[in-house]
Amino acid sequence: MDEKFSFLTKVDRDSSNLIKGLQLVQAAEGYVSDDGLRAVAEYFAMPAVEVEGVVSFYAQFKRVKPGRHKISVCDGTACHIKGAAQVLEWMRQELGIDSGETTADGNFSLETVACLGCCSLAPVMSVDGKVFGKLDRKKMVKILKEYAD
Amino acid sequence: MDTRIKLLRVGVASCGIAAGAEAVQTKLRECAGDVPVIGVGCLGCCYAEPMVEAVLEDGSGILYGNVTPDDVPGILELGEAKRFEVPPLRGQKQLIKVLALAGRVDPTNFDDYIAHGGYEGLKNALRMTPEEVVNEMKLSGLRGRGGGGFPTGNKWSFLAAKQAEEKILICNADEGDPGAFMDRSLMESVPHQVLEGMLIAAYATGATKLFIYCRAEYPLAIKHLKIAIAQIYEHRLNVIAGRELEIIIKEGAGAFVCGEETALIASLEGKRGTPRFRPPFPTDSGYKGAPTMINNVETYGNVPLILREGGAEFAKIGTAGSKGTKLFALAGDLKYPGLVEVPMGTTLGEIVFDMGGADRDAVKAVQTGGPSGGCIPVELFDTPVDYDSLRSLGAIMGSGGMIVIGKDRCMVETARYFLDFTHRESCGKCTFCRVGTTRMFETLERIVAGKGVPEDLDFLEDLGKKIKAGSLCGLGQTAPNPVLATLRYFRNEYEEHVRDHRCAALQCNALVELKLNRDQCVKCRQCIRVCPVGAVSDDFVIDPAKCTRCNSCMDSCPKHAIKRVTKEI
Repeated sequence: MDEKFSFLTKVDRDSSNLIKGLQLVQAAEGYVSDDGLRAVAEYFAMPAVEVEGVVSFYAQFKRVKPGRHKISVCDGTACHIKGAAQVLEWMRQELGIDSGETTADGNFSLETVACLGCCSLAPVMSVDGKVFGKLDRKKMVKILKEYAD
Repeated sequence: MDTRIKLLRVGVASCGIAAGAEAVQTKLRECAGDVPVIGVGCLGCCYAEPMVEAVLEDGSGILYGNVTPDDVPGILELGEAKRFEVPPLRGQKQLIKVLALAGRVDPTNFDDYIAHGGYEGLKNALRMTPEEVVNEMKLSGLRGRGGGGFPTGNKWSFLAAKQAEEKILICNADEGDPGAFMDRSLMESVPHQVLEGMLIAAYATGATKLFIYCRAEYPLAIKHLKIAIAQIYEHRLNVIAGRELEIIIKEGAGAFVCGEETALIASLEGKRGTPRFRPPFPTDSGYKGAPTMINNVETYGNVPLILREGGAEFAKIGTAGSKGTKLFALAGDLKYPGLVEVPMGTTLGEIVFDMGGADRDAVKAVQTGGPSGGCIPVELFDTPVDYDSLRSLGAIMGSGGMIVIGKDRCMVETARYFLDFTHRESCGKCTFCRVGTTRMFETLERIVAGKGVPEDLDFLEDLGKKIKAGSLCGLGQTAPNPVLATLRYFRNEYEEHVRDHRCAALQCNALVELKLNRDQCVKCRQCIRVCPVGAVSDDFVIDPAKCTRCNSCMDSCPKHAIKRVTKEI
């Protein structure tokens, strides 16, 4: 197995740990690369295609290299009602990308998530895991500036 | 009265942190001298986060809300500014039992939980036989809080009756309904209570391997559970009736369908989370073929109470068919969003108006049960909240998310939103769910874009019924609910969209344009400055072809001279 993925040995070689193994790969690389996927398949002695099947099933796993900062716009019910679609539209205008894409300079990647669990602060987004609530356009632009390189 | 501060509590659950509670906590620690500052869970009043409670020597507490670090010196002098009171009606009508320790105890401190009666339920259980514990659960009338409403005691008796080398217990913490955060709050605030419930269940059923399947989006809940599990191991509470129990946290990977029990088990096994036919039921053949029982977080959270006060006492609260209290996560168009706990049988109106502070004249409906539920119009708000009453209205209790929908929201758009969610979350196994929900979604997209035809409504109704009948699991069986319920109660809105191409709520962008009223305009040019697409001309006319209806100009206009209006056809 590729040295780079030796951390996989931290989990038992039991197929029930497959998702955990993939989560470790994604934590290390920011996404599941072809190499990472092959390493997981090798470690759990499974066909790579089966691992790909699991990867593609779960929304958490990314197969595309993400930007340096990860923006998650919440589109849960409460946020949707409070204008999540608007937040995404502003993002589109400010960054020129849609959900699931990364900016050309590799600084931001954008995704929508079902619910960040902070419904009372809707609309909500998170940047690198930090949550920002009660968004309006001005506030959002200010946050983006803070994270710009 | 002794007015010295004995203890300072800061709400540092996810919602508190998002509102900036950590900075407040840091500042308090700097300024409070010898007074201990502890981070606690959720008090339920999310709208007032960050919250601080100053506990006085006599045990009474003073609450502060919307606190910033600058307010800290004032709080230490018990100043009047930023004092917070739970809205009186909410205080009166709540019955806080399951959440009694949330916001009171330090979730990471084992001794704090013990000092508040923690693990008394487990002690009582261990003095009884496993059969007696199961009977106590049956007596309590507790039904599954995850949405299914299956009698918990019966489920326990199924697993207890199994003879097997290894039996599995699972806590379903894959709270995936958008708008629901009861389970997160409970796990973050009082993780030991959930674990105590699991240990009692393990004793009653003979299970030795305990899984908590928690969604990865809840890092703080996972952290607190991990700390609590380490403390359980340290105090050897995991050794029950001579058996050593293993407690394992598994993180989900983002799939709504994994809330369904057979899909959850597949996911735990490291597979794609697709549901399968039942029977065999998990209690016969579950995780890796072993007898397995799944209960929801809130269900386990109720168990220690039942074993502490007795099943009969527990059953005194609630309605004939639904016992105890229920947590609801209130969100949407209301004044006091957050978490409430009420006796079963409380009416929707009491929850939405009295406790949520929603404006009686501004509410159109409430959506219960998330994307699997239905919306109930305001005319039916005297309906008591219990499993059976809600089902009869075409909605479900679900896990307890409640989204209040104001009169200025479009119900067709709301239904489209839910179908957008479910059609993406369909696992693809059943054709009706996979293709059917996509067709429903496309039809709704067409309607909100002003391109619907009257036949669409019959099509939606017909397809919705077929999806319900032709799907294997709860996701498909309930996915059409938001559309069917809105068609039932708000058909006029659909008709308006397809017949007149008009959205009365002015929400559907394709049917709306922004108009500037020149009589009110003071020519401050703010709208021209903020428009991201240059749609406002120098003589203050908004070009509907360029305008994206982003509302930036409307929000920035100091004179409110810009409004959304029905698009001229």
